[in-house]
Amino acid sequence: MSELLLAMSLLLSVVMVGAALVAIQPGRSLPIIILSSGLVSLLASVQYLLLAAPDVAMTEAAIGSGLTTFLFFFVLSRVRGGDRG
Amino acid sequence: MADIAMATGFILILIGIFGALTNRNMLRMIVGFVIASTGVNLVMVAVGYMRGRTAPILDDAVPVADAVTRIIDPLPQALVLTAIVIGLGVTALMLAFTYRLFVTKGTLDISKFRELKW
Amino acid sequence: MVRHLFVLLLLTALGTLFFALQAGFSPDSELNQVGRYYASHTAQDLGAANIVTAIIVTYRGLDTLGEVTVLFLASTIIGMVLSKGMQKGGKVSDLPPAGELLSTGSRLLVPLILLLGCYVFINGHLTPGGGFQGGAILASAALMLLLADPLRPFNSRFIAVVESTSGLLYVVIGVLGIFVAGGFLDNRILPLGSYGTIFSAGAIPIIYTLIGLKVGAEFSSMLLKLSKTEER
Repeated sequence: MSELLLAMSLLLSVVMVGAALVAIQPGRSLPIIILSSGLVSLLASVQYLLLAAPDVAMTEAAIGSGLTTFLFFFVLSRVRGGDRG
Repeated sequence: MADIAMATGFILILIGIFGALTNRNMLRMIVGFVIASTGVNLVMVAVGYMRGRTAPILDDAVPVADAVTRIIDPLPQALVLTAIVIGLGVTALMLAFTYRLFVTKGTLDISKFRELKW
Repeated sequence: MVRHLFVLLLLTALGTLFFALQAGFSPDSELNQVGRYYASHTAQDLGAANIVTAIIVTYRGLDTLGEVTVLFLASTIIGMVLSKGMQKGGKVSDLPPAGELLSTGSRLLVPLILLLGCYVFINGHLTPGGGFQGGAILASAALMLLLADPLRPFNSRFIAVVESTSGLLYVVIGVLGIFVAGGFLDNRILPLGSYGTIFSAGAIPIIYTLIGLKVGAEFSSMLLKLSKTEER
């Protein structure tokens, strides 16, 4: 049981770091960047659950990965054409 | 497990700061800030974790009498909960200002805003 | 190029610092004094089963009052910053209509999402969850309406009334605690009830419901303001 949790935590960490690296790559398009930062938040909420913090996990899932991503997309839809450089 | 989470949090902080400092596009900089704040929260929750204990919620599985030896520290969790909510407020403010700046100059490149540069 | 060098130098320094922190960290095997107090006294003193909720609403209630104030300020400043771009009405954009699935699904799901949000913050003292999570869920119901029909006229006055009423009641309950119970935001202005049921923990469910309504209204108005700005 403990080994399973450990492996899960390790896997989550690897995917989180990978998604974060994608999210700061200069060449990627903005929707992909925003989605990967949302993915980092979503996996962080699973990580909180493994760390015995269900309250924080709920907050991160609802606020960090849900509402933040939508705020980014609302602003992104207003600033089309400004993505140079 | 807490070690892995803490290392991940530190790495996320470094990645986020790198992204915020090297990108010129303001939306990309804000994404860097968001990732760094996720990393900070992860580190703080990992500090409060203790091996073999359970979440700070008392129920049938965790009776009141032996709560002291069965639950983990609730204080970092309360702090992180506050930090996440405030983080959304800060992100929304940054996005609103980004939109206003875009309306004035028509670009998201931060190096084009030179009014206060000397 | 020099800039990148400086950034890398800074990151190396930070990384060394973090590595030293991580290497020197040894997890506690016992709760520290504050944690022990919370773990042993919460159930008798406040009657709340969820200790995180007890800390947020009562032990560190002043913090939470400041937090909702910060959110209110953020949403107000967003309104001020974006006020020039707000749609004045009359101008109808030629948006394609939302699909059948989204409009029907939103009619079905919005009441259920609202119900879930209310459940989450009313049960905040017993189960994981509470005002902030429930408020975010309420705001996601508003978000769904917004996605199904972006031009829907939202009653922003209603949102403002909900927000200011719940904020005012929150402060009134807090001040009531000074006179009736032990201090500002003390939850023992109401009887503690039987531990573990929904009508227990004194004023915690009421305060958390107010926080949930206020946070939900604030998040909804933030989303509305950011989505209803027009494209120059």
